[in-house]
Formats: sequence, C-alpha cells, structure tokens
Amino acid sequence: MSLIQIQQDEKIRSTVADSKIQRAVYSATARLKEKRSEVVSADALPEYQELRTQANLIKKHTLENLDFYLEEFEKNLTANGGKLIWARDGKEVADFILGLAKERGVKMLVKSKSMTTEEIHLNDHLEAHGIDPVETDLGEYIIQLAHDRPYHIVAPAVHMTRLDVADVLEKNLKVEREEEPEKQAMIARRTLREKFLAAGIGISGGNFLVADSGAVTIIENEGNARLTTSAPRIHIAVVGIEKMIPRAQDLAVFLKLLGRSGTGQLLTVYTSFLSGPRRAGDADGPDEFYVVLMDNGRTRLLADSEKRQSLYCIRCGACLNACPVYRKIGGHNYPGAYSGPIGAIITPQYHGIKENPWLPFASSLCGACAEVCPVKIDIPKILLELRKEVVESRAADSDSFAERKAFQMYAWMMRKPKLYALAGKIGSKLAGLPGLTSFGPAAKWARTREVPRPAAKSFRDEWRDRKKGGR
Amino acid sequence: MTSREQILSDVRKALGRTAGQAPAAQPKARIVIPTIAVEERVRLFQERLEVLGGKVHRAATYADAARVVGGLIEGTAVASNAAVLRYAGVTAMAGVSSGYGDEPSLRAACASAPFGITGADYGLAETGSIVTVGANEARLVSLLPPVHIALLSKSRMLTGLDEFYTLHPRPALASASTVFITGPSRSADIEMILVRGVHGPRVIHVIVVDEELI
Ligand code: SF4
Repeated sequence: MSLIQIQQDEKIRSTVADSKIQRAVYSATARLKEKRSEVVSADALPEYQELRTQANLIKKHTLENLDFYLEEFEKNLTANGGKLIWARDGKEVADFILGLAKERGVKMLVKSKSMTTEEIHLNDHLEAHGIDPVETDLGEYIIQLAHDRPYHIVAPAVHMTRLDVADVLEKNLKVEREEEPEKQAMIARRTLREKFLAAGIGISGGNFLVADSGAVTIIENEGNARLTTSAPRIHIAVVGIEKMIPRAQDLAVFLKLLGRSGTGQLLTVYTSFLSGPRRAGDADGPDEFYVVLMDNGRTRLLADSEKRQSLYCIRCGACLNACPVYRKIGGHNYPGAYSGPIGAIITPQYHGIKENPWLPFASSLCGACAEVCPVKIDIPKILLELRKEVVESRAADSDSFAERKAFQMYAWMMRKPKLYALAGKIGSKLAGLPGLTSFGPAAKWARTREVPRPAAKSFRDEWRDRKKGGR
Repeated sequence: MTSREQILSDVRKALGRTAGQAPAAQPKARIVIPTIAVEERVRLFQERLEVLGGKVHRAATYADAARVVGGLIEGTAVASNAAVLRYAGVTAMAGVSSGYGDEPSLRAACASAPFGITGADYGLAETGSIVTVGANEARLVSLLPPVHIALLSKSRMLTGLDEFYTLHPRPALASASTVFITGPSRSADIEMILVRGVHGPRVIHVIVVDEELI
C-alpha cells in the first residue's frame, strides 16, 4: 500500500471525526437540498421533467456534433470581434494568459469563480511567473487567503465557520476582527473593489458557450463576475469545450434548471450574455475579449458513447448535496477540483483511472444523484462502468485498495441506519442497478459481487455491439 | 499540428465524424410562452422581486417616475445614457450626472456615486428580473453604486425567459452584453447566511411606468 493511500485513509477518517465540519457541511447541503426541492416541485414547476428531458437532449445532440458547434462558435465569436484560443491542456491555457499578461504589462488580474481554472491550477502557474491572480467570489476569496481549496462546486467555503473566516481576514488583511458575515462581506467588498478597478485582465469561466451567437453565458449572485468581465480592459473566459449549446434560445431551458437545481433560485441574480469586446458607442466593457476553449482530457471521454454523458454536467452541485457519501466525507477527500458524484465520474475519466482507482467506489449507488441531476446524467451507471474498468485493469493493486475504500463507506453507512434504509430504498427503485444488497461486506465482493452487472450483457459489450451495428 | 487542428481532429475521431460534415438535425428549441395579462405580469414581477429584497414602484408617467427617483436619491447619482432617462427629466435633476463620453470619467463617477440610475429594456415577470440590452446602458452604472434604480416601461414587461428569447433569438446581434438582473447582489458563502450588496448593489428599486413611449 502506498503512502498516498494511507494518507487518503487518514484524511477521510479525520473528516468524519471532525464534528464542526460534519455539522457545517450537513446543514448547508440540507438547506440547498430543501431549497431545490421547493422550486422543482410539481406545483412550483409542472414542466420540470420536460425541461430535464429537453436539456438532456440538447446536450446529447451538441456533444454528438461537437466539432460542428466548435467551429460555428469560432466563426460567430470572431465576427463579434472576439478571439478564440484553443488549448489542449492547462499548460496551454496558462501559457496564453502569461504571454498576454507579459505583452500588456499586466501584473495583477482579477478572477471570478471558475472550476475550470481550479481544475488546471491556473493560479499556481500564474503566481510562479510573478502574476498575482485575485479571486473575487466571496467564498473563493476566503479560500484563496486561507491557502485552502474549494469544498463544494457551488459553495466553496462551506466547510468554514464565520469564526474561521474572521481568523482568515484578520490575519491576511490586517483588519479589525469581524465575526458577522455581513461585516466580513463588506471588508471583502472594499478590498476587492480596488482590485477590480486596478486589474489589467479579468478571467472568468463560463456556464454556457452559445454557438449561434459566439457568446459566453455566466451566472452568479454577487456581481463579481460582472465586474471581472466589465472593469478590466481585457476579458478572458476559460471554458471547457463541453460547455457548448447550439442556440441562445436553448438558454430558456438551461437557465430555468441551473439556478433552481444549484441554490433553489428561479434565476441567479446576474446572468450575463457576453459576445465580444465593447462595440462602437458602448459606454464601457473590455477592449479585448478572448475565449480559451480547453480540452484537457475531454475529447478522450467523448469517444465512449455511454460515458460521454458525463460531459453534460452544468455544475449545479445538486448531486453533491444529495449524496450521502459527499455529505460525510466532504469535498477535500476527492482528488482534483470536482467533488461529489460528478467528481467521482469525471476526475478518473479526465486524468485516467489509474491515478485514483478508489474514486468510483466512493458512492453507495443509492441513485440520489441521478434523481436530482437536471441534465439526467446516469451517474450510478457510469460509476459501475468505471468500477469495472478499475478491477479489469488491476491498476496498482487497485482491487484490494478499492475494496477497502468501499468497505469504509459501507461501514459508516451502516452506523447510520436511517440513512442506510433511505439509500437502499432509493437504490432498489433504480431498475437494473444493484442496490445496497450487493454492497455488503461479503468476501472479495469488489471482484465477485459488485462488478457483475444486472444485465446479461455488460455496458461495454453492448456499446461495442451497437458500434458494430453502425451506431 | 496546431492545438486547434488537434482538438478538432480528436473530437472528430471520437465521434466518427469528418471535417465539414453537417450536424444531425437539431432538436427543436423549447419555447413556451404563457398568456398572462399585463397587470398580472406586473403583479407577479413585483411579488418575485420583493421576495428577493428588491422594491417595485409604480408611476403613471415618466414625469411621475422622475419624482419617485427624486424621493429615493440623496446626494449624487450617476445616470446611464438611456434615452428614457433624459425624456423623464432624470438627467436634469440636481445631483444627477450623466452623459460620460469616456470610460475613466464614467468609472470614477460610478465608483463614488451612492446611486446608479438606468433604464431597463425588459422586465421578466416570472423571475422578477430586469433585462438590459444595448449600448446605452453602461455596465458599471447598475453595478458599482450601492443602490440601483431602474425605470421600466410597463409595455416592456414580458412573461419570462421564453418570451425574451423569442424577441431576441440572438441577443448578440443587438449588443455585446445582455444582462438579466434578478434582485440585489447577494451571497451566502459564509455559513449560508444571506448577505446583500457583496459586490453589486445592496438595494434595487424598479419603477414600472404606465406611460407608453412612442
Ligand atoms: S452531474 Fe448533474 S447534478 Fe451533478 S453537478 Fe452536474 S448537472 Fe448538477
């Protein structure tokens, strides 16, 4: 067993034992869950299921024809006066930004929340070359000051209490200690306001790339993304190629789902649809507008017609809030930027299954994630497929390790009888998936029990057959 | 091979497609516009926005709207270049500055004024949002001052997103920046406790004006 594995075990154990973190994460995810349920209920949104189906259909279509939409996006963005940069990986993204910053003499830049730049550790690259990237989302800013990393894709500082935040602000900003979130936010507002007005470049992510408009759509609540994309002379949006949708009109579907699923909002406070640099007659806005389209492992994932749906994700975070494993082991025990069920399926697919063979086992397969996913990604099905790959590849004594990891999950689930019952109920409702009955501590289950699919044919075999049949 | 060629070629290989190949038929866009009478739209808009902490005012004419603005502002305010603000007489009011031609002066004004006044091109009843499209709405006016006041013509009160995207199937044709604003700036990043005015305005007032502009 490697040192990393031992450390990983130790980390999980200490999170589970940390009652402060347990309480913070449990109550925050409970709130988000509850708020989501209220606004997607049949009363509040009768067309909810129809919207999900449509969102799924659009994502499926876009990814199946992605090369076409990438080129269409490029054409329309260029016509708007924007520039498209293609980046195979994080290094190419960083190289482009560093090159531009150097050329324009920019030493400090502001950033709005972007999981994509977290994924490639952009800030580390920039700092190593003498550029100061300042995170401006309140949670991200606190995390950056604390030299921590995001705990949740929607609520990055969910594991910290206001007293933790008070410590961080006092220590790093040399301000008087404030323990009220309202006052803490005002300290951040004041400090960051100066940064916005002084920064030479603003870096954002993007929730959607709109092919027919050459536009980037960004949603947020604080206004920091609007400031990041409006105040500096240069705006760079770093976005994964999978964020494409065909038409602006499709936003009518996605925007209704995203705010509701993430935070229970009908719409987030700000939705910006940005399609290029300021035009003649515009009072303000950036003079230069770049979209960096990043691959970083996504095309590899695209090839598998079953697992391709992992790329439908709109990063709403609902599956994290719904996941009993995430809620227990927290966000920092998942490697990479993405935690929870979505992290468990995309991290091993972007970076290779060998790196983190236990990851697909960090799930009880209860099905709660698939139930809440607004774009209907069948996460449990993909987890099973990945488990199978882990066992088949027998990467770095993976099966014994994965087995142990899965047993750990099982052990704490068992200590929570109520949760176990609920998980089992949901799990058994999912036709064709083994529920928790196959999740018991039977000897060598990872090899002999968990991996066999309920179907006579494996997903992989079926996929192969279908491909042969011309699909 | 450039990164562009590499990515496109990897994508095509993964999908079994060839360069220049037409896409499969697009799924039809889902656009469903409910029928809601205009007064009901205004009522819904008000309900939705006020739940979020925004405030809705009514005015019969633009002159009345200017009086509402006068009652809200204290000290200085910066107004966008929206034609409707000049028409209403807002730009001529004491303490209100507008018509900034260059960005540095606009920026300085927005950074110091306690009030920012804009027009709104549309309202979205279902979500309590206002929409700004187009060149005359400087982005910073609705963003930097701690209080945002917007004038919205009742005739521009749409039902929601679907109606907006029917009128503007391609918003990029009209503007480099289209923004939906749904309530005051907020965050719940610390212990899930709601805080308003984190980076954008803490307060938003929308004055819905009955008078129709010709
Ligand atoms: S997988 Fe689905 S539920 Fe999870 S973050 Fe992505 S879109 Fe949301």
